[in-house]
Amino acid sequence: MPSSNSTNRKLYIVSSILIGAIIFVFFLSLNMGTIKISPIEVIEAFTGKGSTQNFNILYNFRLPRTVIAILIGIGMAIAGAILQGISRNSLADPGIIGINSGAGFAVILYIFFIQGSSFQAGPLSVYIMPFFALAGALVAAILIYIIAWKDGVTPVRLVLVGIGINSAFGALIIIFQLMMDPRDFTQATIWLSGSIWSASWSYVLALLPWILILVPIAMSKFQSINLLQLGDNLAKGLGVSIERERGILLLIAVGLSGACVSVGGGISFLGLLAPHLARLLVGPKHQRLLPVAALIGALLLLTSDIVAKSLMVGSEIPVGLVLSCLGAPYFIYLLIKE
Amino acid sequence: MSKSHSIESEKATVFRPKAATLVIMIGLILLFFSICMSIILGVADINFSTVLQGIFHYDSTSTAHQIVYRLRLPRALAAAFIGASLAVSGAIMQGMTRNALASPSIMGVTSGAMFTVSIAFAFMPFVSNLTIMLFAFIGAGLGSALVFLIGALSKRGLTPMKLALAGTAISALLGSISTGIALRFDVAKDISFWYAGGVAGVQWINIQLLIPVAILGLMLAFFISKSITILSLGEDVAAGLGQKVGFVKLLGTIVVLLLTGAAVAVGGTIGFVGLVVPHIVRFIVGSDYRLIIPCSAVVGALLLVLSDVIARLIHPPFETPLGAITAIIGVPFFLYLARREGRGL
Repeated sequence: MPSSNSTNRKLYIVSSILIGAIIFVFFLSLNMGTIKISPIEVIEAFTGKGSTQNFNILYNFRLPRTVIAILIGIGMAIAGAILQGISRNSLADPGIIGINSGAGFAVILYIFFIQGSSFQAGPLSVYIMPFFALAGALVAAILIYIIAWKDGVTPVRLVLVGIGINSAFGALIIIFQLMMDPRDFTQATIWLSGSIWSASWSYVLALLPWILILVPIAMSKFQSINLLQLGDNLAKGLGVSIERERGILLLIAVGLSGACVSVGGGISFLGLLAPHLARLLVGPKHQRLLPVAALIGALLLLTSDIVAKSLMVGSEIPVGLVLSCLGAPYFIYLLIKE
Repeated sequence: MSKSHSIESEKATVFRPKAATLVIMIGLILLFFSICMSIILGVADINFSTVLQGIFHYDSTSTAHQIVYRLRLPRALAAAFIGASLAVSGAIMQGMTRNALASPSIMGVTSGAMFTVSIAFAFMPFVSNLTIMLFAFIGAGLGSALVFLIGALSKRGLTPMKLALAGTAISALLGSISTGIALRFDVAKDISFWYAGGVAGVQWINIQLLIPVAILGLMLAFFISKSITILSLGEDVAAGLGQKVGFVKLLGTIVVLLLTGAAVAVGGTIGFVGLVVPHIVRFIVGSDYRLIIPCSAVVGALLLVLSDVIARLIHPPFETPLGAITAIIGVPFFLYLARREGRGL
């Protein structure tokens, strides 16, 4: 089919441009910060010719941060694409329908009861936190699904119930947050707004398995998402066991957003923006949409992180806030246009 | 067709004045007792006779009298008036938009107030209580204007889902900017305490501003209640019955802005009162706003005074945020409405 060929060519072109942009922003991100390190110095540092100070800054601080931005960007984008596909609602996003706040609440509980007053994560808790976040995300998702269930789940109910669950967890978060001491409180606020500045290699290791396992599974399920997007009746007619496939996909989305939230905090709107932009570029078929959305997610988060770093020198603002300021107006635009 | 029409008109004439009288009378009695309870209960125990003395024979050298007169009485009054204002503005919003989910907490009111309040905290050192109130009042108007604007711009108007999503998006946007400001200027905790909502720190000066605005708003609300009933049948019907729809909507919007603005300015974010109370009242007294509005005022006042007592008692001597209490009461109700996909007017 010639049309398929031309769309595939488009996919390759779009992907190569995106990968090029990611590499460019990646190096830009390594250069920027209180100490400027030029691209040549970066290459020197990694080939062992540069100064040890540069190598330390790059290897221990900037590199893990950029890697985490890329991983979270990929994870959130895929989670958002799955949620939009299975709910047949272009406005679904892990942040809006309460999955992020469920994960956030679990992490706040963990910090409050287990970790005590020291917010700075110890070596063990880096690996435990994702599981707490995941449990919270899962509880939120199950609650949303059960409450929205009435002879099946309609997209409208799913989103409305999600908004309700979001407020409930928001209220619980505020209760516990206000019982913290001021320093923990500020840390918690930064974390909840979505921040990757405390990134280290252990966070990369904590996040990497989730991305490496769940993203390929999601990509391999593209056919199910395509069919579910057509509507339940049609999908059933085509022989998809709807509830099972939807359940599996929902679990993947929950796993991805839970893991991302545990490391990056409540970064919302990324899961909304990336799939939308991808759909504009390569169309609604998920075999093309998913990989492009992942690339766009990584690029968006890397860029937003640079903006967050350089917007106010001295006091970095959480990257999640930058994304919300970009994402919310776009969301409103979609709302008006729809 | 004719059958559905008759159901429609039957529904429109549900009017239970006896039930409403009962709700108002029992409600006022309970309100009186809960205000007394609110004054008596707390970290310092004060008995009833001291309360009466503190109010009617105030002795400025007595600590108990001071607690009663300077702390507990304004607090109880503020809770009552805020509850009444939020409930009535929720009722008017629901009637005007014919949308079961309309209420101050999802209309961007509170996030708008948070936005302007964070600006006040950040850029005005030693900002006074009154300035904060003024800023919150302006912000409440700004937030709801934005949400209304989105509704007006979109093609099919404010459907329940669109309303909820527009509110969420505006909250996310204004909330992010406020958090950014808060972190940059190190005023995050001040703002969060304000945001969490509560009447713990209310002083007489706040009351003196709240009560006149609230009473003006409530009186206006009663005045337009008949028109709101007609409007709630649909704009076409209302226009057909000779109503000046635009004028009623304008008046309704002014009432909503006065009431929610005053409530948010004094109490911060206290969500879901405006959503839940009108629905409960509608269930008891029917769909006529001449009854819904006064009953909502009484029930809203009662609910908020009681929630404030709960907020004090859960974890003494710490105050649990009042907004969190009302959210926990209100969210299950919201979910119930969401399951019905926003129908239920």
